[in-house]
Amino acid sequence: MLLKTLTEAFGVSGQEQEVAGILREHVSPHCDKVETDALRNVIAIKSGSKGSPKVMLTAHMDEIGLMVMYIEKSGTLRFKSIGGVDPRVLVSKSVYVGRNRIPGVIGAKPIHLQKREEADKPFDLDGLFIDIGAKDKDEAERLVNLGDGIIFATKYEDIGNTRAKAKAFDDRIGCAVLARLLMMEKRWDFTIQGVFTAQEEVGGRGAQVASYALEPDIAIAFEGTTASDVPGSKEHLYSTSLGKGPALTHADASFVADPRLVRRLMEVAEAKGIPYQMRELTTGGTDAGRIHLSREGIPAGLVSVPTRYIHSPVSIIDKNDFENAIKLMAAFLDSIEERGLPF
Amino acid sequence: MKDLLKNLVEAFGPAGNEGPIREILRTEVEGLVDEVKVDALGNLIAIRKGSGPRVMIAAHMDEIGVIVTHIDEKGFLRFSNIGGISPFMLIGQRVVFANGTVGAFGAEKLDDIKDLKLNKMFIDIGAKDEKSAKEKVTIGDIGAFYRQANFQGDRVIAKSLDNRAGCAVLVKTLKELAGREIPNQVYAVFTVQEELGLRGAKTAAYGVNPDVGFAVDVTGTGDTPEAPTMAVKLGEGPTIKVKDSVVLTHPRVRQFMMEVAKNKGIPYQLEILERGGTDTGPIHLTREGVPSGAISVPTRYIHTPSEMADINDMENAVKLFVAILEAKLDEAIL
Repeated sequence: MLLKTLTEAFGVSGQEQEVAGILREHVSPHCDKVETDALRNVIAIKSGSKGSPKVMLTAHMDEIGLMVMYIEKSGTLRFKSIGGVDPRVLVSKSVYVGRNRIPGVIGAKPIHLQKREEADKPFDLDGLFIDIGAKDKDEAERLVNLGDGIIFATKYEDIGNTRAKAKAFDDRIGCAVLARLLMMEKRWDFTIQGVFTAQEEVGGRGAQVASYALEPDIAIAFEGTTASDVPGSKEHLYSTSLGKGPALTHADASFVADPRLVRRLMEVAEAKGIPYQMRELTTGGTDAGRIHLSREGIPAGLVSVPTRYIHSPVSIIDKNDFENAIKLMAAFLDSIEERGLPF
Repeated sequence: MKDLLKNLVEAFGPAGNEGPIREILRTEVEGLVDEVKVDALGNLIAIRKGSGPRVMIAAHMDEIGVIVTHIDEKGFLRFSNIGGISPFMLIGQRVVFANGTVGAFGAEKLDDIKDLKLNKMFIDIGAKDEKSAKEKVTIGDIGAFYRQANFQGDRVIAKSLDNRAGCAVLVKTLKELAGREIPNQVYAVFTVQEELGLRGAKTAAYGVNPDVGFAVDVTGTGDTPEAPTMAVKLGEGPTIKVKDSVVLTHPRVRQFMMEVAKNKGIPYQLEILERGGTDTGPIHLTREGVPSGAISVPTRYIHTPSEMADINDMENAVKLFVAILEAKLDEAIL
């Protein structure tokens, strides 16, 4: 199952090969050409009869995680975060170190030994280490290397009626939206440049070079975005809510979406009766921020699947939002075939 | 200059929603140049063809503002900032949207005014409920401050002098040069989304591919009571930028600008802006690099609805720009 395979895959920023392999395998039979560029973006081209316009669709393969920075004499590992990780959520989590998936546990000084002022504060990275069961440095060095990425050991599970929990829905859910679109039987009469990008979580780096190379006429990124519809949040700070449909963005910290493109997305959603919601926060950034400033500028948009608890070891989505994101995008692509670009 | 400036500062054009100000500027520059175009991000590019090096002169046309993020059941709007906005500056102000809807800024009850944050504030457009609010505004609408300009002697108090002052300087420069032969090709660019991170200038400069670049924007001053230390005063001439957060101006460009000012008897000040950047940043880093400089109009109370500048500084900025563009820039700089 695509969501399970993708979310359980190893893909800390810069070490996305496993995710890339899964995606290549799924989309290659349906595309004309699938290539990997210098930054290891996976670029899947599906051309139609007319060839133009060039529509770039992106989702990032990488996930936030940790990286091994130092091996102690005792064989425990010191680490740093890759991308925006909240250190307060790390203690006592099970992890896999490196692409060989060496199991480990994020440890800390036990509560019995903590001083009062230590116990009152969450651990920061300096107070945490990873225990892979090695008895000394030599044994640890045979299992892991400095620079190895570290992922959370979270399994995908369906929960409730329509929801699912897993790590890395940011942005494997976007990868799944893009893969499903590329795997459709339908061929549109223009060119789709499907790009599974690398290194988004460290600053949209893959998207920057891919958009420079591909020079699209329009671009849409797919994301797993914050849903804060939880106790303790005020309604005007939810940003998005689970189950209310894919979220469209007017503006975030990285870009202002092209208003004509947003209007077209809303029009096709309304015409087809596909639910959607507006993302109500303007914080955060995505690949669209890098893409829209490429060369002479590219009109760009963002379609997101609301995701609770992103940038943590486990997040939750509503699969209806995922299916509706695919429907919305298919209808949007149909509209380009019927009416051309919205500008 | 006053009529032009009044027209520009009172126009609507927050970052990401520059349509109305762009149309006003298009009307101003059409007829003064050979070609006017708008690029994918909405930058307005006015081109004077001819021979000689390609010179990009840029002024951002966007202004700071707010974006509607949520509409509640009682018809109040929640919002976020578009560009650098202090919540304290919003108390008592009004916002206007593109369709003319005006709103007042309000705040939730606070124990201490220091707790004021944008997410504890709202906009009241006088709507009775959610439905009537949604007839006037939608989530994603971007608004600007609602203010008239006041002229007193040589001084102007207005919203959006950042950077309609620069836009006025560019328009006036094109007017002065109209019908005259100069040894440079001029690409005057009114950029978008400067207040959101110098975005429009980046794509415009890539497209123009200039040999030399200049930006004109506003800069802070150090001439008010207990002001932060800054050797810039209102009315003592436009500044020639030395440094800000995003550029160290090319030494030959800066030297050339100072020589031109001295030769023509145009007053100027040197500017070191400790915090803040302008379009010169992305322009000088375009492609293989572009020797670039910047002229600024000294302005007090930047990023408030009541910015203040001196008309003479703008007139002198025009003189300086005209003199720069009349020079053989390939010999002087390249």
